[in-house]
Formats: sequence, C-alpha cells, structure tokens
Amino acid sequence: MCTCKTDNLSDIERTSELSLGPEIVEYIKTICEGPHKESQLISVLHKVQQKYGYLSMENINAVAYLLKIPAAKVSGVATFYNFFRLQQPGKFKINVCLGTACYVKGANLIADRFKQELGIDFGETSKDAMFTLEIARCLGTCGLAPVVTIGKEVFSQVTPDQVPVLLDKFRKQ
Amino acid sequence: MNDNSEKVTITLDGQQVSVSKDLTILEAAEEYGIKIPRLCYHPDLSLMGSCRVCIVDVKNVGFYMAACSTKVWEGMVVQTNSPEIRQARRDIVELLLDNHPKACQTCERDGNCELQNLAYTLGVRDRLFEGERKHFPKDESGLSVIREPDKCILCGRCVRVCAEVQNVNNLSQHGRGFTTVVSPAHGANMDDSVCIQCGQCINVCPTAAFLEKDATDSVWEALADSSKHVVIQTAPSIRAAIGEGFGLEPGTACTNQMISSLRRLGFEAVFDTNFGADLTIMEESNEFLNRLANQGPLPMLTSCSPGWVNYLEKFYPSLIPNMSSCRSPMTMTSVLIKTYYAQKMGLNPKDIFVVAVMPCVAKKFEAKRPEHLMSPGMYYTDAVLTTREAIWMIKSYGIDNWTLPQMNFWNVQKDQFDSPLGMSTGAGDIFGTTGGVMEAALRTAAEKVTGKPADKLEFTEVRAVEGLREATVRLGDKELRVAVANGLNNARTILDKVVAGKEQFHLIEIMACPGGCIGGGGQPYPPHGIKVMDKELLAKRASALYAIDKKKTLRKSHENPEILTLYKEFLGEAGGPKAHELLHTHYSPRLPRGIIGDADVYMQNG
Repeated sequence: MCTCKTDNLSDIERTSELSLGPEIVEYIKTICEGPHKESQLISVLHKVQQKYGYLSMENINAVAYLLKIPAAKVSGVATFYNFFRLQQPGKFKINVCLGTACYVKGANLIADRFKQELGIDFGETSKDAMFTLEIARCLGTCGLAPVVTIGKEVFSQVTPDQVPVLLDKFRKQ
Repeated sequence: MNDNSEKVTITLDGQQVSVSKDLTILEAAEEYGIKIPRLCYHPDLSLMGSCRVCIVDVKNVGFYMAACSTKVWEGMVVQTNSPEIRQARRDIVELLLDNHPKACQTCERDGNCELQNLAYTLGVRDRLFEGERKHFPKDESGLSVIREPDKCILCGRCVRVCAEVQNVNNLSQHGRGFTTVVSPAHGANMDDSVCIQCGQCINVCPTAAFLEKDATDSVWEALADSSKHVVIQTAPSIRAAIGEGFGLEPGTACTNQMISSLRRLGFEAVFDTNFGADLTIMEESNEFLNRLANQGPLPMLTSCSPGWVNYLEKFYPSLIPNMSSCRSPMTMTSVLIKTYYAQKMGLNPKDIFVVAVMPCVAKKFEAKRPEHLMSPGMYYTDAVLTTREAIWMIKSYGIDNWTLPQMNFWNVQKDQFDSPLGMSTGAGDIFGTTGGVMEAALRTAAEKVTGKPADKLEFTEVRAVEGLREATVRLGDKELRVAVANGLNNARTILDKVVAGKEQFHLIEIMACPGGCIGGGGQPYPPHGIKVMDKELLAKRASALYAIDKKKTLRKSHENPEILTLYKEFLGEAGGPKAHELLHTHYSPRLPRGIIGDADVYMQNG
C-alpha cells in the first residue's frame, strides 16, 4: 500500500496563513466559527486591503482557502466593487476629477494625457510603481476646474501640457 | 409532480385552471401546453431570473413578472401572451443581441443556438439598437475548454452547472456592468484554474461562449497526409448519441452507420474503445481482487472518466492511493494501436496517427498528459474529437443521410469494427453509462471470486440513473459495499464519507458527467425542445447501450477472445510487468487546489 502523502491542503493552508498574517487569520477563524461566514467575505477583503493596500492574487487565494469559499467567488466579489484594488498602488495616487464642471473644462483631455504619458488606464499602476491613475467624481472645488490631485497636493486649472511637467516633479521626489 | 400537493386556481390566458401551489408560473403554463420563452432558466439548476425573457403580465401587480421565479397564488390572473408582452420580450432579446457579435454564419452553434432560435421565434427581424459592444479576448489556451466571452449573454447557467452539478465552482462573474465577464478566478485560462474539463459549461451554454478546443483541422490534415496511417477509435457512448446529429430519434444505436461513415472519411482502420473497456475490466478487476486480498487501499475508485481524474487530483488528492492505476479505455486502446497493432502490421508507431472519438472534452486534456507520452513529443493518442466534432466532420464530408439502406455504397463495404482491437463484449458497451463500469467489473469479479460461471449478469442495482447509488452485492460468499455516482456533486457525497471514514466501501465508480459518458460534455447538443441533462434523453441513450449488451452472446470482458489472444500473444498476465508498463498510470496532486464549497449558499447569495 502506498503510504506517500498526497494531500496538500495543510501546506496550502499554512502558506495562506503566512501570506495574510496572524491578525487576519485570527479574524477569519472567528468568522468561521459563527454562522453565515460567506456574508463576512467583504469585511475580510477590507481588512486585507487595509493591511496591504491592495488585494494580491495570492491573498485572494489565501482568503478563499481559509474561508473555504471558492476562489472564483472571491475574485468575483473583489472585481465587482470599485473600492477593491487588485494592483499594488503606486507611490503617488493621481486623481483626475471627471465631475461635471471639470469635464466641461476639458478634464477628459487631461485624463487622456495622463494615460498616454504613463501608458496605463484608470485603476492601473505605472510600470515604475510611481503612479496609480484614478478617476475622481467631483472634489468639491469646482471653481478650480479642471482639478487634479497627486499625492496630497491639489492642482487647479490644469492643462494637458502641464501633465508631463507635473509627473516629472513627482518623479524627482 | 406531486399530485397530493395543495391546489390553487389561477386564470391562465383567460382560462381557469387548477394547479399545484408549489409551481411557478412557467411550470404551471407548461402543464397546460404553453411554453413561455426562457433563456437563463434551467429546471435542474437554481433560479437566477436574470434574463427577463420569460416575463408575463400578472393582473394588479403593476410590472411584468419573471415566470420562472414567481410561484402561482390563489386567484392569480396571468396573461402569457399579448401584443405588449410580445413586444417587451422582443425588446429584451434585441437588447441582448445588440451586445452580441453578428457572427451567426461562422459560429459553431449556428442552427443550434438558443439565442438565435429565441430571436427568430420572438420575431426579431432587425437590429434596431446598434450601439457599443463589449470586446473581450478569446481564450483558446485551454487543452479542452475554450472561452469566447464576446458571445456570452451572462445568463449564468455555466456558473450554476459548475457549482451545483459539478461542485467545481470554477466560474464566476467578474467585474460589473458593461465589463462583466464570466471566467475562472483571476481570469485564468481553464487549464490553470480548478477547471476539471468536464465541458458541462459548453453543454448548458445557450450560445457559444464555451466550446471544446477544435481538433478537426489536425485530423483533416493527417487524413490528407499519405505518409500517415490514420486510425480511429470510438467510445462506447458515441454509437448511442451520434445518430441525433443526423436527425435520428435519441436512443437509436448507429454503430454501423458510424463505422462506414468514418471509413469513407479515409480512416484506415476503425477500432472500438469497447475493446479497451474490456481490457480495463481485466486489469481493474485483477487490481481490485488483489486489493481485496491484501487489505487495500480500499475502496478502490474507478479511473475511466478523465473529468473525475482531474477532480480527484485537484479536490480530493488525499484519495489518490485509492484510485485504480488503470489507464482509461481510450488510452489503453491507443497504447495497443501504437504497440501491438503496429507490431502486427509492421508499422512504425511514428507513422500512425491515432484519433479517438469521445463523448468528452476532458479526454483532450487526458491525451496530452505527460503520463501518456510514448516517447518525447509523441503521445499515444494524437487527436481527440468530441461526438459533435465527429458529426460535423462526417456531415462536412457530404454524408448526412444515415437512413439510406445503401449506406455501404462505394468501395467501402465494411460496417464492422476492425480486428484486432475491434471486438468487444456487452460489458464494454455499458461503460458508456452510469454504473456500467461497476457492472462490467462485477460480472468478471464474480466469476474470479467464485471460480464458476456467474448466474447473475445484470446488476441493475448499480445503475445510478438518479445520480447516486449505494448497494451491497454478493459475490459468492463475499459481501461487497459498492457505490456509483455521476455528476461530481453526487460523487462528493460519497467521497466525503470515505474521507471521514464513516462508511467502508469496497469499490466506487465515479463518472464526472450527469448520466455518465452518455451525458458527456462532448455529446450532441440536445434536439430542439429538449434540455441538456434531460433524464429522458439520457435514459434513451442508455437504453441503446443496454440493448446492444443484451443482444451480444458474450457479455463478460474476460470472455472476449481477442482479449485472451492479446494477453497470450503480447501482454502476458493481467497485472503482469508488461501489462503494468503499458496499461497503468499514476496520479499526482494538481494545483490550484480546489475548494469544496457549499454550492447552495453561494447561489442564494448571487
């Protein structure tokens, strides 16, 4: 009789625990003891994103294995909600406001220029891991339209030609 | 239908009728001969109500209700047909079409597409809402199942069949709104996901968003290559279903038409996978009796169904030692073609091109497993065609009338399988349906255990038509606990018992697809008006196989004279060194590891 160990579940669970870290593992264990663990999935994903800044493929799988919810389901939920990020965020987050006032003032052209300069789409991070490009829906400063925020700084009345200048400024930081 | 259930009276299209209160509007209407159009609905899957094609007008409700997900109530007044309802349904389908490629003529499901059919039935004759369409890349990287998300209408049947019938949970809707796409976790290709390649997603898809990986090109190419000796083998269940592709009544056995058609395509020999099935029984019963005598590992699990093999490796790797080491009948037959047959014919195995017609898309994956390489770069099986692909090739060649008495015109006379590797007993035939492998094994094991001819041939107690059977069978003075499951959610029930050590079984047969191979992921799409996984359709296909079995004089694998010659001339003893080298394989845990979830919970939560 073959006595070789063919079950890999305990190894996978150990890797998953290492990936998520003790606090989240503990949190998942509490959830698994109670009823309706599947309805706590989103709160677990929130905790993971809070800790790591985004949901990596490894961590999505880890959550799936520890909560015993199929990975397709977890990745389905993670991709459904805009709040969840699936890529490591860059050093600076760029928010291009596409609210009505900014849009009327040509914010879409600014957005296009950012995409072109960085070679990425909304929600993505540039290859050098410096910038993540996001859409904002009105920052409440319509008088300054079109508005862009990079990191903690706010830029008003931005023109497309200023985009490369702004990026260079932050690259040097 | 439970006739004792409480009745309610509803007004259905102006007529008062009495129906069970447990029915939905759609079911109640069907009882009275009204077929409400539907798309996402499938009676064997959970309700989703996402397509809204089945809307009906219920008096005083104020909005159109989905008939598939609304139960009837006392006094309900339903209108299933009115100019407004018809217009609303047509609008819904037009909107679906607006986000769907205009590619009917070049689509594999042309003529067999539920969306196409629905559009025509509802009277869509124009595309009025031309707008932006979704564009996703086609994923053809899988060895068995490929995805074309542009054709997906998000009905969710594939997601449900994968979760509820197969317990694989590989598919889910990703993203939202316009960019929603059905895919495995992280958008992985099918081979790199927990997919077990059973192909039930292909069967339930109303369009062509899932398909088998095409192998017809490579077969045409080989047939045209004069340096190749191209042979073909057909699985037990093909003869029971292939006729449907030629308009014949389901359950019509078409062995002869199939063989003579394949010959006309240019195959130099047509072999029977049933021969491999008989051989499997020789090896498997020998292995089983050894395990029985040497205390295990028991229960032994049958290994013919490649979807099940994949499921074992991904979901229940702890049971790998329990799996029979026998190669599948297909691979055994291919192995013998490239060794025994090649030797007999004086052929170099490199010049032989082995095609297998299978009811199965997972066989495409099995054929390309490194375990089934004969030598570097050369697999034992060169190409696997599904039943659907074989039908298409035959028709495309110009053979489409299978009722002609003179099917055997031309210079091709033979409508029987070639020898060797063509003769089979009834035990091989029934491999194609649930319980068949078990029954065939028991027929042989019974005689080996008792040492005398068995009085019992038919083990109807193991024919698991409802999906799952447990039984106790007597072999001489031995009592064996056996179980048979088809559909992996059923298999899981048994496997969990085995893992938990709750119950001792000796032998377990598992087939991945509902009904066994006759309901395989590569079988013909059901004729118009019959649903996929329809129990009656499956019963008809099964009855064709049981009828062939009954008619044969030899019904036990170990009585097959060609098998006996094969052992004498070539293999030596069953389970002997040569048989072991050629006819057995091994398994290993495969990643990603599957998660056995609770399908019901997920479906309820959307």
